[in-house]
Formats: sequence, structure tokens, C-alpha cells
Amino acid sequence: METEAAKMIGAGLAAIGVIGGGVGVGTVWGSYMNAVARNPSMEDKLRTPAFLGFALSEATSLFALVIALIILFT
Amino acid sequence: MAAESHGPMHQFEIQRWIPLDIGGVDISYTNSALFMTLAVLATLTLFWVATRHRTMVPSRWQSVAEIMYEFVGGMVKDNVGLAGMRYFPFIFTLFMFILFGNFLGLLPYSFTFTSHIVVNAVLAMFIFIAVTVIGFARHGMHYFSLFCPPGTPLPVAFILVPIEVMSYFIRPVSLSLRLFANMLAGHVLLKVLAGFIISLGLVFGIIPFAAVFAVTLLEIMVAAIQAYVFALLTCIYLNDAINLH
Repeated sequence: METEAAKMIGAGLAAIGVIGGGVGVGTVWGSYMNAVARNPSMEDKLRTPAFLGFALSEATSLFALVIALIILFT
Repeated sequence: MAAESHGPMHQFEIQRWIPLDIGGVDISYTNSALFMTLAVLATLTLFWVATRHRTMVPSRWQSVAEIMYEFVGGMVKDNVGLAGMRYFPFIFTLFMFILFGNFLGLLPYSFTFTSHIVVNAVLAMFIFIAVTVIGFARHGMHYFSLFCPPGTPLPVAFILVPIEVMSYFIRPVSLSLRLFANMLAGHVLLKVLAGFIISLGLVFGIIPFAAVFAVTLLEIMVAAIQAYVFALLTCIYLNDAINLH
């Protein structure tokens, strides 16, 4: 039973990494909003890099989530 | 928890519907294969219906097909250039397949084949190998300069080259993991929230019900965004292979 409890604690600790992804994704979209507010004509041009940055920074947090799930379900 | 038959992970179980075994290789027709067939059929039906009566001024269905075509076509042209339009049919197919896979998975009692890493890994490995082959076919041994951009000082190259090599080989992993983790996390979240509705009863269950409604909307958005991101990253990898630097 103690290993089961340790597993739960470990999965919870592994999920802390998602915080970084949240900060990263927030920064990406926040900067996008800032940039579009300053120069609305750039909206279409900036959308692709914004989605790219979102995807890349989100991936790092998802790695943490996958590790948590692996700990939980194996 | 995982062994429980109606836990949040139950929806991802693969069931063999038509067991087939050829030479020790299990090629059973599973629920995953059924939903892949459905995704392909849905795409075919959409484009068959949309382009059946072609008119100069598009009808409603025709404009759906045209918007999708122009969206992906514009993405390929912007990110790879005109040389990349040769690979447009592949990227368009990939986008539609993943999009319909994600959307079909959102229907109740259905199965999301993109929530299995093996499906995404095969797609991502295919893209990775294809991009590498295209790069070597177009540039020969010069393709190795992808790992070391021209004009890099020698001391920096010692650090840069290992990092670039690593980031090149991590591509299929991150490409497949992103889609897999997004789908898995979203569907688990939906099931966990749905469980709260039952346990809170008729009156207080309205709160998690509202949450499930909001998360479903979010998941529809995520399904479209992830299909877009998958196709976009394929375009960017292709761009590296076709227009070296």
C-alpha cells in the first residue's frame, strides 16, 4: 500500500511541471495580443508564429503530464 | 483504478471486433480501425458532396470544401513556398484525417484513434523519414549543414551541433506525443468531470454539468488546433528539407 501512496505522490509531483507550460502558453498569447494591439495590420502574419510557439511550449508541459500518467497507470 | 471497467481510461481500450491473425501478426479489425475507416469515409463523403455540382459561385457545401482547401493550401505556400506545393496533397490528407479523427472521438461512446500514441507515432515517423529522404535527395551531403549553420564559430559549434542533432531526432517524439497527450488529457478530463455529475446528484450536479459543457467546447477547439499544429509542423519540417536555411 505504501508503494501505491508513493506512486500517487510521485504523479502529483510530476504534474508540477505543467505550471511551466501554463506560464509559457500565457506568455505566447499575451505577447500576441500586445503585438496585435500595437499593430493590428500584423494580425494575420503573426498568427502562424503564435500557434507555433503555443504548440512548442505546450508540448513541454504535456511531457510532464505524460510522465505523471505513466507513473499512475503502470 | 485502471482495472475498473468504467474508469476514465476505459474509453481508450482497444476491442478486437473481427479477429484476424496472419502468420503470427495480429491484424484484427478493431474499434480503432473502424474509426479510422469512418474518418476516411467522412472526408470522402464531405468532398464528394461538396464538389458534386460545381458552380462558379460556390454553394454552401462547396464553400466549406474551398475554405478548407485554401486554408491548408495557404499554410503550405506561406511556410514552404511554391516548391512545397508538390507535397500539398499529402499535408491536406494528413490534416483532414487527424481533424476527423479528433472530431469523431468527441462524439459520446466513440473512440479517439489519435489518443493512441502508436497511431501518431506511425504518422510522425513517416513524416520524419520522408523529410530526411527529401532533404538528402535535394541537397545530398550538404543536408548535414542543417546541424551547423554556415558562419558558426568553431567553439560554439561544439555545443550547437549536439543540440541541433538532438532537436532533429526528437521531432517524431514531440510531434506524436503532443497530439497524443492533448487528446488523452482532454478525454480523461471530460470523463472525470462527467463522473462528478452522477455523484453530486440532480441539484448540485448542474455545476459539473456546466463545466463539462465548457470543457467540451474547449475540446472542440483543441481538436481543430491540434490538427492544424500537426500539419503546420509538418510544413515547417518540410521547409527545412526543401529550402535549407
